[in-house]
Parts: sequence; structure tokens; C-alpha cells
Amino acid sequence: MVADGSHATGGMASRGRGRANAMQRFARRRSTIAFLMTLPLLSIIVGLVAYPAAYAIYLSTLNRRMTAFAGTLNFELLFESDTFWMVAFQSCFFAVTAVLLKASIGFWLAHMLHHIPDKGQRKWRGMLLVPWVIPPALSTLGWWWMFDPSYSSINWLLSVISVPEVPWLGHHWWARIAIIMVNVWIGAPFFMIMYLAALKSVPEQLYEAAMIDGASSFQRLRYVTLPMMANIISITVLFSLIVTFANYDIVRVLTNGGPRDLTHVFASYAFQVGILSGNIPRGAAVSLFMFPILALCAFFVLRSVTRRNKEQM
Amino acid sequence: MAEVSVRKVVKAYEGNVQAVKGIDLEIADHEFVVLVGPSGCGKSTTLRMIAGLEEITSGEIAIGGTVVNDIPPRDRDIAMVFQNYALYPHMSVYENMAFGLTLRKFPKEEIARRVNNAARILDIETLLERKPKALSGGQRQRVAMGRAIVRDPKVFLFDEPLSNLDAKLRVQMRTEIKKVHQTVRTTTVYVTHDQVEAMTLADRVVVMNHGVIEQVGPPQELYHHPKTRFVAGFIGSPAMNFFPARVENGSGALRVLLPNNIVLPVPADRTARYQGAAGREVIFGIRPEHLTEPKNLDRDNISVFEVTPEVIEPMGMETLVHFWMQGAEICARIDPTTPAEPGRPMELAADLNHMHLIDTESGRVL
Repeated sequence: MVADGSHATGGMASRGRGRANAMQRFARRRSTIAFLMTLPLLSIIVGLVAYPAAYAIYLSTLNRRMTAFAGTLNFELLFESDTFWMVAFQSCFFAVTAVLLKASIGFWLAHMLHHIPDKGQRKWRGMLLVPWVIPPALSTLGWWWMFDPSYSSINWLLSVISVPEVPWLGHHWWARIAIIMVNVWIGAPFFMIMYLAALKSVPEQLYEAAMIDGASSFQRLRYVTLPMMANIISITVLFSLIVTFANYDIVRVLTNGGPRDLTHVFASYAFQVGILSGNIPRGAAVSLFMFPILALCAFFVLRSVTRRNKEQM
Repeated sequence: MAEVSVRKVVKAYEGNVQAVKGIDLEIADHEFVVLVGPSGCGKSTTLRMIAGLEEITSGEIAIGGTVVNDIPPRDRDIAMVFQNYALYPHMSVYENMAFGLTLRKFPKEEIARRVNNAARILDIETLLERKPKALSGGQRQRVAMGRAIVRDPKVFLFDEPLSNLDAKLRVQMRTEIKKVHQTVRTTTVYVTHDQVEAMTLADRVVVMNHGVIEQVGPPQELYHHPKTRFVAGFIGSPAMNFFPARVENGSGALRVLLPNNIVLPVPADRTARYQGAAGREVIFGIRPEHLTEPKNLDRDNISVFEVTPEVIEPMGMETLVHFWMQGAEICARIDPTTPAEPGRPMELAADLNHMHLIDTESGRVL
């Protein structure tokens, strides 16, 4: 009745209109619109990230048959297992070494590309991006074949220069190096393209000013290029650290954790324990270990990025 | 401090495009020289060649008697102020100013002394801890100058340093730059496209066009005795008026025929100078202030004629009168108290003591 203005009394009609206006105002508020527009993304995050994460936490508190609550038993058992500590070490070693190598090689490649005249730059950029766009499972298969003990083309090349055969996937340290090599090969182009974009955004006049101020080419790199790129470098390193730390496919295809589980990282070990050995709660507990380590990294990196942004932009 | 010599310097780019076509210029110790000209005239390229940021295609540049063609910028002992300041955004004002000295391994106390001294000259002592982001355009400009001053180089190079500032600040910083130069007396080469900046700052102005030097001289000389039509038109605001004209020998005296049948007798002291142009088409040039009410001029050598103003622009201390003559827009400068109205004919007089005749073909002032 109230909504029907023609039959309602004056006072009630205006109150009804007032409510409708308030609704309209609410719908028109920027924050409301912003919330509605981000709703699809929020639902994806809740469905694909928050729910599985919460479910993993729940799973990790169950017993092996998932019939009863087991508290922190899974974690306690993991802490007592040597294999788990080996996996933790291998994950950190793999992620840190691979990211450092990717960042350095990417930086070097970006510099090389930056100094190629624009005309020729495109084709080099395209070629150097190839490792990054091939599906990693496929390219890793290619590498696996190159590391194969009987047909290793890398060993053949080494034998040409009289270097003795290397047991690439047979010895655990060589296998770890092989995994890092493949990861670097796949991931360095990403760093290259990010750094190239960052290099292009450094104003040429800063270099000219530094040249006149007396800076050598190394000093220009140290005092102009690196500080100007610091934000991109830290964000790229953080992003890559997360992805590398959670890497699964390379280890799975190349070594499958072997020899003797010595090349497992968190993701492949969680899969091994949870799916292949059928201990889902323990597997969930393994995978949960990545989170606090990465959260800590992200916190420090993002804090320094924000601080720099405030000072410079 | 040192003198700068530019000898037969050419800058050619790919495809044989010459930006600078063999210029010669001698800059004395302590001198403030301004290179001025329209965009693309080669002035910035010349400055960058002196700085060592551009290679010299041929010719020779010497700073303080040493040929620097193959010496990198950092060893030329120069300092440069860029149009967009080029301050290092991640360094504080102090670090920005100290950077050049730190790289040259000066002792800490000496660096502090020099930076503080420069900060005092430029009145930026309170800003030393700030990052460039927290500074206004004018303050950034001061820091950029401070960075140059602390180095105590042989030569200061300025590349359009005031172009990014608003009009009021530009005038203020112009005075500031002049003051700094009077204090430190470092040889200075300054590039600008603004002829007012050139006139106010320079000991000598170098007018460039199409990669060549049109004229070099003190501001007053360029203003009163331009050597080419380009310089005559470029220096001065509002610009000099040009009319097509003809020089004739009539009834024993030399005279100039303008459109609308205006006949101007050539002043006696210029007869010999213009005699050679008799019978030829020339361009007649006269500045707005020499085209004014008859009462403002001496009676000698003036020519009075009537015009119909189209636009009147009162500027406060003067009034500009625009009118058309044979398709050319002409500007005259009159007293602000003189009544003038668009469409109402008025009398103006040309002061022939300040006229210029320009050769149509060569563009040279006769």
C-alpha cells in the first residue's frame, strides 16, 4: 500500500519514497558498486583458495583413515621424520637457488636485449620467451631425455670436450642441480621480460646525469638502474619464489622425487604422501608447511615496496 | 673555470641528416652564453656535444684548451642541468647534490661543506633531507642547480632548465640563475627557445637556425643590429614587422616604396648603405616600438601615415595596435593614454632611424 503513492496518505508516501531513495543511494555508492564488481573474483578466491585451504587444515587434523580427530598428531609425526626435514631443506635450497639464478640470468638477458637496437629486439625477445611459453611438463620431458643415462646428449657434448660422464638423475646432488637447471631455463624469460620493461621505464636523462656526475657503467648500474628497478625486482622475486617453492611438475616428471626421495619438494612430497601412499591427512599437513614460510617472505617484501613507493612516487 | 671552443663542428645522423652544420663558436672564461633558436635548430645537440652526450661527427670541441672529442662526459669536468631536472628519485636532496663528489671520492667533510654552501646560495638548506618527490618544481630546479654548483666544474651547461616551470616561477628562477652566475662566475652555456630568457640572461646570445649560427652578439646588438631576417624576426616580442618594399632612386634622393603607396625617404646617413639596393625588391622591417604616434618621435626622419586599427591590446604600460597592410598583420606600440579604437583611423609614424632593409634573396640585413 505504501509503495502505491496514489492511495497512500501524504506522510506515508513520502516515507516510502524516502526509503526507496536511501536504497538507490546505497546502490549508487562507489563502495557498493566496487563490491558488486569484485564479487565474481571474491567468489573465485573463496571457492578455489579459501575453501580448499580451510579444508586442508581440517584434513590435517584427522587420523589416517579420516575417521577421527587426531589433533596435531600428523604434524608431530612429520617433525620426527628425517625425510620431512630433508624435503624442507630441498624445497628451500631449490627455491632460493633457482630464483637467484633466474633473477641474475633474467637481469643479464634484459640488459643485453635493452642494448639491441629496437628493430632487431623483437625477434630476440620472442625467441628468448620460448622456454616460458612451452608447457613445462612437455619441455621437462625433453630435458629428461637429454639427461637420460644411456642417450644423454648433454653427456655426449661433455665427452666432446673430454669431461667425464655425469650421472644427471642418478646421484641426488646432480639430480637437484638438474631440477634447478630446468626450472631456471623455464623461468628466466619471465624475469627477463619484467626487467626489460623496468629498464625501459628508467628515464635516459638519469643515466646522462650520472655520466656527467662521473659514474662509470658499473656505478650507473649500482646507483641508478638497481634502485630504480628495486620494486620490480622485489615483486618479481617474491612472485617467482612463491611459484618456485610450490613447484610440482618439474620434480614429478624429471625425478619423481628420486633417487631415494632425496629430490622431493613440498608439493611433490605432499602428493607422494597424500595421494600415492593414500595418507591424505599427512599429505595435507605437508602442504600446509609452505604457507607460513611464504607469508613471511611476502610480508617483508611488500612492506619494503610500499615504503619505497611512498618515498619516490 | 675555462673557455670553450667549438670549431667547425658537424653532427650528422643516419641518412646524412645534419643537425649541426659546421659551427664555430668561442666562449670566453666566465662568460654566460645563451644558444637560442626554434625547435630543431641544433642548439640542444650542440650543448650535448659539449657535454659529451652526443658524438661529434666532425670538427673539434675544446674545454680549457684541451680537445675533448674523445673524452667521456665524466672526465670533461662539466656539470649539466636538465630540462626535467633528472634528480635521482631514490636519493635525498643532500645525496643528490653529493653524488658527483662521492663518486670522485671527496672527503666527507669537504662534501658536507660544499653541499651546505650550495644549499645556502640556493636557499634550500631546509630541504636537504627530503626526497625529490616532496619538492615543488622550483625547488627541484634549485636542487638540480645545486648539484651542478657543488662540483665546481669548468663549465655549466643548462638545457632548457626553465621550460617545465609556470610563467611566474620561470621569471623568478631566471633572476636566480643570473644571481648564481654573478656569484660563482663559472663559464655557462645555456640553451633555450625563449628569446626573452636569452636576452635577459646572456652576456652574448647565439641565434641558431637550421643547424647554423645566424648571429652571435650581446643582446642589445642583436636587437638593434640584426644581421639576418631570421634574427630580426626571432629576437623581440612582439616581433618585428615586415613589409614587401622597393628601393628607388627618385628625384635625387633614395626612397623606399611600401604597399598602399606609402613612400619613405631614406635617412641621409643611410643613403650610402642602401644605394646598392636601388631598383630592387627588398623587405622593409621595423619594430613595433618604432611605429608609434608622431608625438613620441623626433621630427627628423619620421614618416607619418594613416592606418585603421583592427585590434587594440592594452598591456598596461603600453598599448599594442594591430592593423593589416597588404595581407600582412602589422603591430604598432602606442602610449596607453592615446585614445585608440578598432575601426577608427589614426595617425602613426615610422621612425626611419630604426628601419631595416633586408635582401629578399639572401635574407641578410642590408
